[in-house]
Amino acid sequence: MEHQSHITLPKGSIEKTTTTLNIGPTHPATHGVFQNIMEVDGERVVSTEQTVGYIHRAFEKLAERRPLYQITPITDRLNYCSSPINNMGWHITCERFLQLELPKRVDYLRVIIMELARISDHLICNSIVGVDTGAYTGFLYVMQYRELIYEIYEEVCGSRLTTNIGRIGGFERNFTNTAFTKLEKFLNEYPKVLREFENLFARNRIFMERTQGTGGISAARALNYGFTGPNLRATGVDYDVRVQQPYSSYQDFDFKVPVGTTGDNYDRFLVRNAEMYESISIIKQAYQKIQNFKGAEAEVYHADVPEYYLPKKEDVYTKMEALIWHFKIIMGEIDLPKGQIYSAVEGGNGELGFYLISDGGRTPFRLHFRRPCFIYYQAFEELIKGGMLSDAVVTMSSLNLIAGELDA
Amino acid sequence: MALNNETIQNKLIEKFGDQVLNFSTASGILSFESPKELNLKVLQYLYEEPFLGFTFLTDLCGVNYPDHKGAELVVVYHLHNFSENIRLRYSVSTSIDETAVFTASKLFESANWMERETYDFFGVNFIGHPNLKRILNVDEMDYFPLRKQYPLEDQTRIDKDDEMFGRG
Repeated sequence: MEHQSHITLPKGSIEKTTTTLNIGPTHPATHGVFQNIMEVDGERVVSTEQTVGYIHRAFEKLAERRPLYQITPITDRLNYCSSPINNMGWHITCERFLQLELPKRVDYLRVIIMELARISDHLICNSIVGVDTGAYTGFLYVMQYRELIYEIYEEVCGSRLTTNIGRIGGFERNFTNTAFTKLEKFLNEYPKVLREFENLFARNRIFMERTQGTGGISAARALNYGFTGPNLRATGVDYDVRVQQPYSSYQDFDFKVPVGTTGDNYDRFLVRNAEMYESISIIKQAYQKIQNFKGAEAEVYHADVPEYYLPKKEDVYTKMEALIWHFKIIMGEIDLPKGQIYSAVEGGNGELGFYLISDGGRTPFRLHFRRPCFIYYQAFEELIKGGMLSDAVVTMSSLNLIAGELDA
Repeated sequence: MALNNETIQNKLIEKFGDQVLNFSTASGILSFESPKELNLKVLQYLYEEPFLGFTFLTDLCGVNYPDHKGAELVVVYHLHNFSENIRLRYSVSTSIDETAVFTASKLFESANWMERETYDFFGVNFIGHPNLKRILNVDEMDYFPLRKQYPLEDQTRIDKDDEMFGRG
């Protein structure tokens, strides 16, 4: 049959057999600001080039001019689905660097907040995978329960998304009774909802066929690509910073590290779901431990570190020493010790690392964020090559690519 | 012989002699340096020697020390041995005028973008990198912003018209 063409090409031009397709920078499928320039042959992806940097905010440069406590709000804006983990990760880095000892109660309160953040992070990711496979209901349903988590944040720190929660040395204020009541409400209601959410998807024929066998990667390749977090565990490697290098007293808790086998979209979904159950169990244990504190211990919410932890307002107005510390801290006039530290926490997406170098000045000499998203997004081409375009969209959401964490 | 900071150090000295230097331990992580020409040999040895097994590249970043003449730029590798759960910090330094360093992206796929980021911010020229171009900044940028020679704007300056930004 003779080849027929609708378009008459100029003489000498080479006919391209693939189509270039831009997904992003602003596209409903990216759920954030980043771009994929895809070459597609029909519906098959031939190659893709990922472009990031659309919301680059020069955090590492900004951090070189700020005292430690002013860097916390910057970390909020990395993975904004679980900002409390970033905040705590930064506080823990500073505390390790300054060699501060924290009371156990502070550690447990932090664990509660961090695990709530992990739940809200995984909840978004998994429900968005649902949306991209055509099931909107689950997403709208679980948003009500993310709201409960946000209300707890609000009660503890006053804000919801970019939390700036906690301080170096502890929390800015004690948890109120309302916060604990809200936590109890969440713990009572959420497991049932999670079970229901799981039932909507886990054995759903459409969902399984859309996610199984797509976007898969072997454990060896995933490690070579620097995967961490749920995406690595879905391939079968049980690496979890909470277990390997416990911080904030995670060694006191009893929890499992769920792993998958094939590293595909379905396994990532299951691993995240299983982790939410573990998070609930950790929160329950932590809450139990907090209730066991008696007397003065039950009121502790920060360590005694006047150089870094702001004094009480009434003391600032009435006591000379408190006033001095207040000004020294606020004006950033505390000299840091010399040295360097790499410290990591298990963020929503994997190992969130902070590499801090200090030359003895008042601000970091250099601060580098190890952002898990940025590192594993490189593998995107390998994950989707040769697959269908619609599978690429699901893969993108199941990797949980958060633009804030890609760009820093 | 168990894997710990001391045995790692001995093993490296046994293999590379006085080419590996400045061993120190900062917050539990063993750090050391080597001449930049050796970076691939050292990384490959750490990767392939069964006893060491540092097969995971956690982090790669640049640092600029303007006062270290002839070694202004430093590339820092954070490696991790998962099975023994030991971290390691390795760095090579290079002059700011001649910034060539061999790429680690053939050994670790993860190094690809991290090296692009380091190039983007510090101008380290990774020899052999498959796609060394800017990643977070715009392609047209003609300087390397995280170098210390570019200080942040003075917050007290008054010569700028800030009316458009609501700060005027």
